[in-house]
Amino acid sequence: MIWKSLDDFIAMGGYGFYVWGSYLVTAVIIIAEILMLRARRRGVEKTRQVQIILSEQTKHETTT
Amino acid sequence: MKLNWFKYASPVTFYPLAGKLIPGFALAAAILTVAGLYISFFVAPTDFQQGESYRIIFIHVPAAWMSMFIYIVMAGWAAAGLIFNTRLSSMMASALAPTGALFTFIALWTGALWGKPTWGAWWVWDARLTSELILLFLYMGFLALHAAIDDPRRADRASAVLALVGVVNVPIIYFSVKWWNTLHQGASVSMTMAPKMAATMLLGMLVMALACWMYSIAAALARVRCIILEREQQAEWVANLAKEPT
Repeated sequence: MIWKSLDDFIAMGGYGFYVWGSYLVTAVIIIAEILMLRARRRGVEKTRQVQIILSEQTKHETTT
Repeated sequence: MKLNWFKYASPVTFYPLAGKLIPGFALAAAILTVAGLYISFFVAPTDFQQGESYRIIFIHVPAAWMSMFIYIVMAGWAAAGLIFNTRLSSMMASALAPTGALFTFIALWTGALWGKPTWGAWWVWDARLTSELILLFLYMGFLALHAAIDDPRRADRASAVLALVGVVNVPIIYFSVKWWNTLHQGASVSMTMAPKMAATMLLGMLVMALACWMYSIAAALARVRCIILEREQQAEWVANLAKEPT
C-alpha cells in the first residue's frame, strides 16, 4: 500500500493542491458536459413536442 | 452477407444506430475510468524524481492525446462533408468539436498545475504549450464560425475549411518536443523505444486513455443525435419518430 492514511492520500506527498486541482477540475468539466448534453437533448425534445401539438392543431382546423 | 456501409451515411438510419451504441460506450467509459483511477492512485508507484506530482500524468497525457486525435477525426469528417456533400459527416464534425475543445482545455489546465511544482511556472511560451493553445483557439474558431453563419450547410463548408487548414498544427504539437528545444519533456510513449516508465504507470495511462476514447465516442454520438434532431426538425422521418419512444 502506497498510502499510510487518508490524510497521507489527500496530502499527495505535498502536491495535493496540484494533483487534486487537476482531477477535480477535470471531473467538473466532464460532468458539466454530460449535463449540458442532457439539457440540449431535453430542449430538442420540448420543441418537438410543441411542433407535434401545433401540427395536430392545424390539421384539426383545416378539417373542421 | 454484404454490409452496406453507405446505409448509415444518412441521418435517418444513423440516428437510431447512434442511440443504440451510446449506452455501451458510456458503460465502458465508466468502468475504464474506475479501473484507471484505481491503477493511477493505488497501483502505480511513487515517481523517484517527481514524487506524487507525476500522478497528474494519468489525465494530462490522455487528454492531450484526445485533443489532437479528436481534431484529426473532426477535420476528417469535415473534409468528407466538403467532398461528398454528406450532411451527416458535417454534423459529426460539429459534434466532435466541443468535446475536443474540452480535452484541449483539460490538457492545458493539468499541464499548468503540473508545470508549477516541476518547472516553477504555470505557463511558459514553449513550442509544445503554445501549439496546444493554438489548438484550443482552432476548436473555438471552428465553433464560433459555425455558430456565426445562419445557413447550416454554408456554416458546415466554411468551418470545414477552417478545420482543414488547422490540421497542420497537429503534427507541430506532436513533434514540437523534437523540433525545438522545449521545456516540455519528450514523448511519454514511443513506438520505437522501450518504455521509460514503470509498467503500472504506463498501464494506468493507457487505461485512462481508453476511458477517454469511450467517453468521447459516447459524448459525440449523444451530441450528433441532438444536432440531427435540431437540423432535421422539418423532415418527415423526425415527425414520425415522435410516435415511438427514442
